[in-house]
Order: sequence, then structure tokens, then C-alpha cells
Amino acid sequence: MASIEFINVSKRFDSGAEAVHDLNLNVSDGELMVLVGPSGCGKSTLLRMAAGLEEISSGEIRIGGRVVNRIPAQQRNLAMVFQNYALYPHMTVRGNLAFPLRMQRLSAADINRRILQIAEMLDLVPLLERKPKALSGGQRQRVAMGRAIIRRADLFLMDEPLSNLDARLRVQIRSEIMRLQGELAITTLYVTHDQAEAMTLGQRIAVINGGRLQQVAQPQEIYERPANTFVAGFIGSPGMNLIRGLLLRDQGDTLLQWGPMRLPLPGEVVKRYTSLDRYLDQTLVAGIRPGAIRIVREQPEGNLPARVTAVESLGHETIVHLESALETELQSSPDRSFPLNQPGSLSVLLPGHHQFRTGEPVFINFDLRNLCLFDPQGKAIN
Amino acid sequence: MRTRPGPAILGFLLLLGLAVLFIVPLLMMLLGSLKADHRVLLESGSLSAFLPHDLSLQNYRDVFRRSEFHRFFFNSLFITGCIVICGLVVNSLAAYAFARLQWRGRDLLFNLVLALMILPFEVIAVPLFYGASILGLRDTYAIQILPFIANALSIYLFYSFFIGMPKELEEAARLDGASTLRIFFTIIAPNAKPVFASVAILTFLTWWGSYLWPMMVTIGPSVRPLPVAIASFFTLPPLHWGDILAFGVMMVLPVLLLFIVFQRWFVRGVASSAIKG
Repeated sequence: MASIEFINVSKRFDSGAEAVHDLNLNVSDGELMVLVGPSGCGKSTLLRMAAGLEEISSGEIRIGGRVVNRIPAQQRNLAMVFQNYALYPHMTVRGNLAFPLRMQRLSAADINRRILQIAEMLDLVPLLERKPKALSGGQRQRVAMGRAIIRRADLFLMDEPLSNLDARLRVQIRSEIMRLQGELAITTLYVTHDQAEAMTLGQRIAVINGGRLQQVAQPQEIYERPANTFVAGFIGSPGMNLIRGLLLRDQGDTLLQWGPMRLPLPGEVVKRYTSLDRYLDQTLVAGIRPGAIRIVREQPEGNLPARVTAVESLGHETIVHLESALETELQSSPDRSFPLNQPGSLSVLLPGHHQFRTGEPVFINFDLRNLCLFDPQGKAIN
Repeated sequence: MRTRPGPAILGFLLLLGLAVLFIVPLLMMLLGSLKADHRVLLESGSLSAFLPHDLSLQNYRDVFRRSEFHRFFFNSLFITGCIVICGLVVNSLAAYAFARLQWRGRDLLFNLVLALMILPFEVIAVPLFYGASILGLRDTYAIQILPFIANALSIYLFYSFFIGMPKELEEAARLDGASTLRIFFTIIAPNAKPVFASVAILTFLTWWGSYLWPMMVTIGPSVRPLPVAIASFFTLPPLHWGDILAFGVMMVLPVLLLFIVFQRWFVRGVASSAIKG
């Protein structure tokens, strides 16, 4: 087992496109670090550089303290689980499991012993003589995991290993991975674009966008204290609502002017942001989770009118999309080809099942206790 | 949904016509080889050429009596076998290097190899002949084998197949500790059986029937292959058409057998490499 460090790592392709920019990341021995970000953000490239399948343009990668920039993939003692599993189609499950051990020139007896041990651990014993094409998606996934585990590698690399599975199986295998990682305590770098997967699996999460590291922290911290508006919008389903507003001080109260509303910031928020005074009379971006917005059908004092644009019923909860007079941050897809939201749009997450008509006028109010504040450039305020 | 029977019947009749067109000469050759020599020419212009009567194996006995058929057959088998086996190894490795390995000048060289496909052999036959003469290689097996091992078409067929294989297989094997050559022989080659089969059959067909080059470089019968040997039947009086047809049948038989046995692989290989690629 070993730690892995990325020190000022950059990757530029021959086409000139920069996939990773000056990235620094440290994964401790035995830790499960999840790299998460939108498609094309550079997370898989980072993993492939760690594996030695992609050369790095500048910087240094250290595994167990040893610089591995020039060490070929074969000699890095890493195991990788690929998105499409990459099982050898002409070999049986036994053959697939045996292959890395044969490369290590282990004796036949040792190979058989280890295959049996892993097959029992992953419930693969009845499948040992089958070829990959005769296995279901979940079984293939387990074989791919087995092939990675059997080598007793220093490091596990997993490149979106669950994305080809259906939702139910994904949840099941996710807990399997957590169990195995806990048992084996192998340093693991896990790439996914699914933030639910990142939140449940990662001991720490590294959020990447446009080849740049946005934040590294524990899942709860990433969720509650995003480092910037990108992380705030990306983590959570739906992501945080980002609303522009003027920060004011009136008779000792700190207020946020949101469109026609003036909302006093709760004491705990003011206490949390010690440098708030610096931003008085400036426009800030405030982030509020969809669960912290309430919808009411009548208009008591201080409620903001809005209109329902779409409703997604998930059974146990309902996501309501609204348009309002608030000035919300516009977000676009990673390649900036289409907008992810409309001006003034808000997402609200309600527990249970609720019925709304599209176009129905409603009123909203806000629970500001967990409000996050960002400067105009989108960086979290201290 | 019902399909209209008209076009299907028309297509069937067209294919039937084509099949007959290809089978007729083979059938005529087979029946002629079993008939008395004088009747072969006598019946050749009529439908009776296809009527099996008074059949015997005399022409086959004559072929073995009048020529060293077994030697020519061995020569053909040895020369073609060597070209096929060595060609599979060399061309598949070259194609793998073009498809997967990173090296300076790769694309330029690959384009040059592709350009070679449009050159007919006749263009290089004379310079090659001079080269063989200078090296003193005439009338040897080597000169009938070596120049034809590397083949642009074979490289292209392999390349098209390899480029379509998932890269992750190789990457997984590399991380499992395998070297490039081991990856090729243990992962790539076993998964490329269709293209190996189709290249093998294409190469076999090409060189089994090759006439011009062996005619140029062989002098005596010791290393002469079947196509050159059959031609000598035309120059050895008296001219026995029955013997020539019997020789022809024995020459065609291995090719037919090979094709029938590997037909499935052949079609799959060509479909997955050449057409899709």
C-alpha cells in the first residue's frame, strides 16, 4: 500500500488542449479519494497519468514517495478497474483472475489458492469456468474487481466502474466496494461524474473542473461549505441555487437585498463569515440549497412570488423548478454549448409528494441558516 | 410487415445464375478429368461434357506416371505455407505497431505501405528478378518465399481490425504486468482470429495459384510449384487434356477444402476488418 501525490501536474495534448492544469493533490495511504467532475474535466486523464497510461507534460507524480514519471505502467504495481471492465474475452473468469499472477510468475499452486480466495470473497466460485460474454453486467464488474484485488497492488485506480450498471445494481456494488476497501485498506483513486457516488464512497472528494482542482475535502464539508460557485452548483441534486444580491447593513442588522426582498442574515451566518464587513454594499453571490426553500400557496408578509415551470416527482421527494424575479447565476454545460438554467430560475426540494401545475403562481420563503456566501468572482468568502 | 416477393425472387435468380457461372467450369474440369482423353475435346462444345459416363481414374494415374506431382505439390504447399505462416506473424506485428504503438514517422510509413497496395506485382517483377540473380537465389525456395512475406494488403486488413479493438484490453494487460509482445500474443492475437483466418486464406489463394514469379525464377523441377508444373503439360507432347484436367482438379482441391472449412471465419474476418474499417 502507498500514498500518491500529484505535484504541479499538467497535461497538454498534442492538439494543444490542456486536460489538467497545475494540479496538486495528496492521497494518503489507505484512503479512498473520489475524483468528481463533469465529463471532460480531466479526471480520467489524471487517473491515466497515475497509471502510467498517459505521459504527464509537467510536474511530478509520486507513489509511496517514489517519483514514477518515467516508470512504465507494468512496473508501478497498480491495479485498475475500467469503465467497460476490460475483461479478456477469450479467457474464462479463472483465466482473467490468473493473468496478473501469471505475469508475476507465481507458481500454479499459489495462483489457484489466490483465485479461490478472491472468488470466495466476491462470490465468483460458480462462475470461474465461464467466459465474460456469459456473465451479467454485475458479475463482470465483480470479476474486474477481483482481477484488481488479486494482485495485491499498492494502489487501486477505478475509472467510472459503475457507470455501465443499472441503478439498483450500482447501489449494491457501491456498498460492495466500500466493504472491500474497508477490509483491504488499499489506497484508492476513484473517478466518477456521479456526485451521489462521490458523496457515498469518498472519504475525501476532489472536485475538478476544466482541468483545475476546485476543492478537496470530506463529503459533508464539500456539501455544506463549497469552495466556489462551481462546487456549489455541481454537488447536490439539484445543485445549490446561486442568487446575486446586495449586502447591506441597517441599524446593526446585516441584510441581503434579493430583488424586492430585504432579508436579515441569521446571527450564525454573520458569525461564520468574519470578513463580511469587507463586502458591505457590494453584490455577492449567495448559495442556498434547494431543501432550504419553502413553497406556500398564499402570500404572508415577506414571501416572494414565483411561478412553477416544471415538477419532478421522485416518490419520496419532489423537485419543483420555479421562475422568480431573483437574479440567479447562470450556469452552462462544461463545453459551454448550452445553458443549464434560465435567468431567475430556482430549484426547490420538498420532502414527500406534492402536486403543482406548470405555470401555477406560488410564494416562496427561505431558511438562511446554512446560507453560503461567495464573492463576485464566485470564490467562497471566509 | 410483409415484403414483396418480386424483388426477392429476382435476386435469387440472379444469384443462382452467378453460382452456375462459377460452378460450370469446375464441374466441367472434374468430369473431364474422369473421362478418356479423346472424349474431353470431342464433348467440350456440347452438353454431354456434363454427362458422367465411362468414368475412370486413368488420367490421375497418368499424371503421377508422367510427372513428379507429389514433388510439385509439396513445393507449392511448402512455399505457400511458409508465406502464409511467416506473413501472419510479420504483417500482424507490423499492423499492430502501426495501429497502437507511438513512434516517429509512423503515419508517413503507414501511408507508404498503403500506397504499395496499388502497385501490381508485374511492376516490380523485373527489378526483383535482377536482385535475385545477383544474390544467386534463383531456383531456390527462398526467392519464392521471402519477397512475399510482407504484404501491404495483409497489413491493412490487420490494421483495420486492431484499430477497432478496445484499447482498454491492452491497457489492462499492461497494468497486469505484460510486455508489449506478450500483450500482442496473449491478448490481441487470440481475439483477432477472424482476421488471421481471412488473411491466411487470402494469402493462400494468392500464392497457391501464383505463376509469373515461379516461372521466372525456377529452372528445374526441384523447387517448381504446381502452376508452373501444369503449364509444362502443354509443352510436353503429346497433349493430354484429360491429364491436364486431372492435374487441375488435384491443384484446386486443397483451396476448395480450405475455403469450405474456414468459410465462416473468412466472411467474418473480411466483414469486420476490410469493410467496417
